[in-house]
Amino acid sequence: MGAMMKLKLLGVLALALGFAGNAVAEDAHAVKAPKTVTWSWEGPFGHFDRQQLQRGYLVYKEVCASCHSMHLMAFRNLSQPGGPEFTVAQMKAIAASVQVNTLDDKGEAFDDKGAAIQRPATSADRFPPPFANELAARAANNNAYPPDLSVIIKARPNGANYVYSLLTGYSEAPADFQLLPGLNYNEYFPNHQIAMPQPLASDGQVTYAPDAGNPAATIDQMAKDVVAYLTWASEPKMEERKELGVKVMIFLVLLSVLLFLAYRQLWKDVDH
Amino acid sequence: MAHGNYSYKPTNAFTKWLDSRLPIIRLLDETMLQFPTPKNLNMWFTFGGILTFMLVVQIVSGIVLAMHYVPHETLAFDSVERIMRDVNYGWLMRYMHSNGASMFFVAVYLHIFRGLYYGSFKAPREVLWLLGIVIYLLMMATGFLGYTLPWGQMSFWGATVITNFFSAIPLIGESITQWLWGSFAVDNSTLQRFFSLHYLLPFVIAGVVVLHIWALHVPGNNNPLGIDVKGPQDTVPFHPYYTTKDGFWIAVFLIVFSYFIFFNPNALGHSDNYIPANRLATPAHIVPEWYYLPLYAILRSVPDKLIGVILMFTAILVWALLPWLDTSRVRSNNFRPIMRQFFWILMVVIFLLGYLGAQTADDTNLVFFGVELPIGKLILSQLLTFYYFAHFFVITPFVGLFETPNPVPESISKAVLAKKNGGAVPAAAE
Repeated sequence: MGAMMKLKLLGVLALALGFAGNAVAEDAHAVKAPKTVTWSWEGPFGHFDRQQLQRGYLVYKEVCASCHSMHLMAFRNLSQPGGPEFTVAQMKAIAASVQVNTLDDKGEAFDDKGAAIQRPATSADRFPPPFANELAARAANNNAYPPDLSVIIKARPNGANYVYSLLTGYSEAPADFQLLPGLNYNEYFPNHQIAMPQPLASDGQVTYAPDAGNPAATIDQMAKDVVAYLTWASEPKMEERKELGVKVMIFLVLLSVLLFLAYRQLWKDVDH
Repeated sequence: MAHGNYSYKPTNAFTKWLDSRLPIIRLLDETMLQFPTPKNLNMWFTFGGILTFMLVVQIVSGIVLAMHYVPHETLAFDSVERIMRDVNYGWLMRYMHSNGASMFFVAVYLHIFRGLYYGSFKAPREVLWLLGIVIYLLMMATGFLGYTLPWGQMSFWGATVITNFFSAIPLIGESITQWLWGSFAVDNSTLQRFFSLHYLLPFVIAGVVVLHIWALHVPGNNNPLGIDVKGPQDTVPFHPYYTTKDGFWIAVFLIVFSYFIFFNPNALGHSDNYIPANRLATPAHIVPEWYYLPLYAILRSVPDKLIGVILMFTAILVWALLPWLDTSRVRSNNFRPIMRQFFWILMVVIFLLGYLGAQTADDTNLVFFGVELPIGKLILSQLLTFYYFAHFFVITPFVGLFETPNPVPESISKAVLAKKNGGAVPAAAE
């Protein structure tokens, strides 16, 4: 009976192996798998590069922020440990250069002409959105709604590689491709048609300070820098998390060894 | 209590006074310290301890999260992110809790499959087994309710899919669904009641766990040999023997748990759940958490919604019939050469159902780890579902009747001694 069972199992195995062989056919319009970049923050000891995060913030501010909000981010985050770590003075200067809506002494949100009352931002303010609401955003963007970027890297599978590939993946549509008016061709986007025009279109589009040992602002470099910044924004406590994780792991391994020795010592004289 | 010669003696005036009024120290001493436990338990028997530990982890981290979480459709998503950004060690609490749910299910599945392999469901442990199924059902409900709380896309659409199961009930289905929602669609009232119930159910689980442990202490532990404890020579006191052994395995389990918390916290979730809930945009592919996937595959294997829902619930409830479906006189699969193979086939079938549950809902050929197989997903999930039920309703009763089990040792201590001396395990005289 046992032998028969083994025979049956072998049959099932052979059947399963027989299925193998047909590799999945390539679909010409299938979404391309993202390019793989080796990022500095990968692995249990990964860290962000402060200079890269600062450059990435610059790219976000000068390019992305004209259409995309980041409503979970506050200016104070820019100087907290584990992030771009701008100095407090730099961070306050960045905040002060941005206008946010506020209330006046009488608690009014609008002045006598109906315009929003504004003041310079402080470190406690969140990044103000580029559009007053979704309708305004759609009206300005060919009826597409630019998503909030606060957690965008966590909100896409293989997020960092995907966003990098998307930013550098614009090309001319193939001749046989029906591109809808107002959309752009990008092989890394579902259906290959994306409403966002190529945001990083030319080298040197953002000016990196030349003195701080910054690399040249190529499209590829700017894309990597802004992905680094967005990754940090999605997980601002990542460095703290990994650092604590290493300590916890060391502790748990030592604890397991001690518990194992205690357990073996105790059971030494018990037949089991 | 099982084979116990308990020896608790109150030592001072206070404990003597208390012992004659509320013998709680006696109860704890007898159940947690002296409890005679078979001395041949292997590592698969440590999951009870691990599960108790995980229940405490989930309740404690959950209570902290509830201090900061806002159960409102416009605020829930941002409040979870705020916990991770602005609350001290909030990211730790949140990742502990979300990965803790997955680890809880890893442990409970291993605990259940261990019970299946060693026949822990068989007499006299039927009530223990049934209480375990109640706990599992409560865990399923709690896990689902918790997954809706961040109010991301998978939260919202998962809640929509699962609550719609009830609309399959004829005549009153729609009314029941609206009663569950507290509305005419999944919305804020649904979120608020789900939060309330998600906070309630873990304490119900804790209550049933007490019953489960009580029911364990009456017949005592099963063991890898599946034979009854014959006397004190077969057992050791739970403390310190199993407290240290369970402690070691809990620490090992914590290493795996910590890997996910600290180094890969979103690996077990779905990236769509970091997109805020949007009732106007259905995700391309709604998948439940991994621990529901085999049941999800069974649900989708039938085109008819009502039959699918009935099959899915039957797939869980059939475990409750197991003590009466299994006709074997021998508990442990160690001595059941045929049933043992069917056990592993069932494990493979459940894994494949889980794999199918994660695939897109269309009837194309199955792509198994990058290789297209010449079999449709629908027909394969139907075959596997059929096999799943056949295992319980056909294979289990018939194999028990016709299989000749290998000789079972006379007692735990004799088997243990034989193993130590390198000899054959002495069989019980029939």
